Parts: sequence; C-alpha cells; structure tokens
Amino acid sequence: MAQTVFEPWNDPEAKPLIQFKGVTKRFGDFTAIDNQTFDIYEREFFALLGPSGCGKTTMMRMLAGFEKPTEGTILLGGQDMAPIPPNKRAVNMMFQSYALFPHLSVWENIAFGLKRDGKPKDVIAARVDEMLKLTRLQQFARRKPHQISGGQRQRVALARSLAKAPKLLLLDEPMGALDAKLRQATQFELMDIQEKTGTTFVIVTHDQEEAMTVASRVAVMDHGRIIQADTPANIYEMPNSVYVADFIGEVTIIPGKAHKRGNGYDIAFAEGQPTLHSETDAALDNGQTCYLALRPEKVSISAEKPADRTNTVQGRIIDIAYLGNLSTYHVQLPNGQMIKAQAANTRRLSRRDFSWEDTVWLSWTDTAAVLLKG
Amino acid sequence: MRRLTWFNTTSLTLGFAFLYLPMIILIVYSFNESKLVTVWAGFSTKWYGTLVQNQAFLDAAWVTLKVALASSTIATILGTMAALVLVRAGRFYGRTLFSGMIYAPLVMPEVITGLSLLLLFIGIGLDRGIFTIILAHTTFSMCFVSVVVSSRLVTFDRSLEEAALDLGCSHFDAFRLVTLPIIAPAVISGWLLAFTLSLDDLVIASFTAGPSATTLPIKIWSSIRLGVSPEINALSTIMIGIVAVGVITASLITKRASLRQQADERAAVHA
Repeated sequence: MAQTVFEPWNDPEAKPLIQFKGVTKRFGDFTAIDNQTFDIYEREFFALLGPSGCGKTTMMRMLAGFEKPTEGTILLGGQDMAPIPPNKRAVNMMFQSYALFPHLSVWENIAFGLKRDGKPKDVIAARVDEMLKLTRLQQFARRKPHQISGGQRQRVALARSLAKAPKLLLLDEPMGALDAKLRQATQFELMDIQEKTGTTFVIVTHDQEEAMTVASRVAVMDHGRIIQADTPANIYEMPNSVYVADFIGEVTIIPGKAHKRGNGYDIAFAEGQPTLHSETDAALDNGQTCYLALRPEKVSISAEKPADRTNTVQGRIIDIAYLGNLSTYHVQLPNGQMIKAQAANTRRLSRRDFSWEDTVWLSWTDTAAVLLKG
Repeated sequence: MRRLTWFNTTSLTLGFAFLYLPMIILIVYSFNESKLVTVWAGFSTKWYGTLVQNQAFLDAAWVTLKVALASSTIATILGTMAALVLVRAGRFYGRTLFSGMIYAPLVMPEVITGLSLLLLFIGIGLDRGIFTIILAHTTFSMCFVSVVVSSRLVTFDRSLEEAALDLGCSHFDAFRLVTLPIIAPAVISGWLLAFTLSLDDLVIASFTAGPSATTLPIKIWSSIRLGVSPEINALSTIMIGIVAVGVITASLITKRASLRQQADERAAVHA
C-alpha cells in the first residue's frame, strides 16, 4: 500500500496553521521566550520539549491567550491573535491539573463549552455523547469528577477540551499525573484520537519518550529558544547541537579537533590515541574544535579487535548498567574519556561475556556518530 | 476507650463548668415560678407566655433580625469582592496598605468603631435608626467575611477559572458559574459569621441606634438596668436553643458531606 508521508513542513506550498513571527515574551527582567519564529501546520502533533523553565509553558499560554507576546505576532490561520481574548479563540486547552469543575458531573463538564456558545439542547446532547463515546466514558456521564479514577479524569479533561471542535488543542503535560503503565496506553489513545478528529495538537512535556512517541515534530527548547524542531527520528539521529544530542536519549560526547579526509573528518581527541573518522555533510575548518556525538547502541563491544570497523578504541569496563533486556557498559579509555556502549542481553546474566575491570574493544562505523560544531 | 485519670477528669469538669454553668443557671431559672431571679419556687413556663405578649421585645427582635439579614448580606458581597482583589490581583501598588486596612477593624476596639461611626452619621446629618445600624454592622462584619473567603481562595486552583475562560466564558460568567459555586461553602460560613456577629452586637449598635429602632441586645441590656426579669431568662433560653440547633445542624451537614465525599473517592480508586 502506497502511503503519502505526512510532512507539510517540507512542502513550500503548505500553509501553516500557526505562525510565530519574532515572538518575545518578557516577565520583568526575565526573558521567557527569545525572538522565536516558527510554523505549526494543520493536523500536526507538535511537541514542545524541554527542561522546566525553558519557556515551553509560556509558549502554550500565549497560544491560549492567557499571556500576550511582548514583541512579535502570533498568527492563527493568517489572523493576528493578539487582540482576541482566550474565550473568543478557536483554541482549547487541556490543563495539567485537568481543571475539571468539581461541582459539575462528567456530562456537564463536557457540555460546559458548548452551552457557552448557546448551541441548541439536542446539538449539545449529541456532541457530548459523541465525546463520551470517543473517550469511552459513557457509563460515567452522571458521576462527579471526585467519583472517578485519575485516568478517567484525564479522559474527561480531553473530551471537554475537544467538545468545541477547536482548530488547535493545547495539552499541558497531559500525562503528568498518570503512572507509567497507564501513561503508555494513554499516549497511543491520544494519537488515535488526534488522527480520528484531525485536530492540530500542541503538547508540552518534559518527558522525551512521550514527545518522541506521540509527536509528528518535536521542538527541543532551552532558555526561551527552540534549538531544533524536527521529526523524532531526525532529532535523535541528526541532532543539530550538543545540547539536543545530550538532551534526547543517552549519548557520549567526545570533544576533539577536526581534519578533513575523504567525505568526512578525522578527529584527534587525545594524545597517543588513533584518530576517529566520521562522515558528514557539515563543513568544518581544519583544526576546528568539534564534538562527536555517539549513541551507545551504535557502539559494538568485543573482546578481540574487530578488523573491519573504521573506529576502534580499547578501554576498561568501569560500570555496567543492567536494564534487563539491555546492558549499558561504561568503558574508560586510557586518556580518561568515558564511552557508553549498549548490548542486548541475548544470554542469561550468569553467562555474560564481560564483567567489571575487563579490557574490551569498542568499535563503530564511520557513519554511526554525528559530528557537531558545538 | 481509655480511662481518664482523676487529674484529667477534674480539669475537664472545671473547664466545662466554667463554660456552661452560667448558661445552665440562666436556663433553669427561666422555668422558675417566682419573679425573683435567685429564689427557686417551682417549675413554670409562664414567663415564656408573658414574653410573646411583650410587644417591645418582639419589635426589638424583629429589628435585630432585619439588621442581621441585611448587614450580613451586604457584608458578604463586599467582603467577597475584597477577598478576590486581595488574593487575585497579585502585587499592585498599595496592596499591603489595602490588606492591612481590611483587617484592621478585626482588632479595632468596638467602642472606637462605634464612636467614629456615630460621629460620621452626626456629621453628615444622617438620622439614626435601622439604616445606620445596618451600615455600621456591615462595616465591621465585612472584614470577617473577607478573612474567611480569602483563606478559601488561597487554595483555589486558578486553572479552573482559566479553563472556564478557555471554554468561552466571560470573566463574570467564569466567576458566576465556576468560582462562586466552588467557594460557596466559605461564602456561606462568612455570611453566617456576619449574621451572628450582627445578632449579638451591643456596643456598636448602641452607638448607632436611634429612638426609632432598638435591637434585642440593647433592649435586654436596658431592661436589666431596671432589674432582671425571668422574661429575659426565657428570651435568652430561646436564643441559646436557636443557636444550638443551627450549629448542630450545620456541623452534621458538613460531616455527612465530607463522609460521602471520602466514600466516593475510595470507590473511585477501586473502580
């Protein structure tokens, strides 16, 4: 079956739903958002990911209308949002605390926004029933929020924010209050609902796995700036900076000096060690300081020196993190550099090949690592 | 049950005697046959009979009720508004001064409040009567309401209001449909507090009452000076009864509501 790939951000014809144009937000002396320009497209599931205090929540509150940009404009469907108050925007928000109205039943909570629009009674009833069905809450319609479980409350919050069929749905840490198992199930449910309704979702999260799972694009933020906005695969495989490489997943960063050779660069990282080689499209000056970002699963570990690999180094196992299916080996090179290598535990623990203090060979191909300027 | 030591028993008895002995004496003597308050002459309910025929007492009771209803309602509206501003507006210029001024009447001696109000009413040429008592009671009970309501608002989740705005409410609708129903218990207890404060206020009412309107506490106080009549005992017994029934009902309702909520939450966890 031929499937068209959903990537409007690569289509110059595509019209973005949301445009940030030079948006800056300051609270007193503190700059929460620093001159950001980016687009979000219709039907996208866009994740804002970053540590707390990076400005991701401010970004979302500006979209909802609870904060106004200090400088710049935010356009929704080509229209400037600044003069439109939150209650007049075609944007709904799912709050981190869910913010369910405790004095109203599940049914009344979902109907709340529809009633404010003055829709006829039968239209409201039909829409609420549709939402209850979508979130599998039919049998809880008459209950009050304190009479249902946490996962059900989360679904009520989702149903309530979707009831008005917004152009854009904002989700502020929507799974923050759920336990790990429920969270995973809910992530898939959320993606399913997003696909069914065709609504554009913007999610704020500090959980990188969650962002990678649900989002069509992930924007990694730091100090009020988007450092990189790309598909989860590109963010992981082709980070544009040490910050992004380090923030997403496990990584070893090896600093060194670059020298052009062939289609890539030789990286001298320590006296007395062989240079490492990495293929790249990036252009660096001879002798420029660079960083090699190496994912642990792309590093092989062996007792004998492998003959066919471009990069081989020898070191001593300092630490082993046993994760059940995988083990991460922390290997120290003679110059003190640590490299993480991951191997699947295909055999039982008692028959493991390597142990603490063993001397081992690490190897990787010339395309395994990403060469970064800084 | 743990047995109490003799020391605990004694202190308990002393403490409760201290609190309730005067009231018990008052109640017992309201059923006294004799006109003398301190001499027991047999059981009778005749003083309750003469009480309902005493027009002066009934008029005063009616005035007191009207004053209490009006002043507590106005004080609740104003006090809730003040609490909203104090808790919500964040840091604005003069906030500390404003909040200090709201709470100052709590510790202000009543005599001073009464006197200053009296001077004000004379100054602007307002005839003293039921209207001035209502104004005075509103003034001093408003700060109690605002204390009660603002302590509830501090723990109120702001995102509930934001959710209401997000779903299309105006600011007023968000308050009417979401905030007010949720803080209603605090607003009601503020109203009850203002109501009781107004019911038993003697000092401020005596400063601001005029010949046209007398409240029950003033009436009781002035008739005591002519000698204590068992009628007053009967009246006080009725008031104690009303207050006791009110307090017990209120606490039973609260207790049942909280028990039901707990049961529901337990059921939700296991569902």
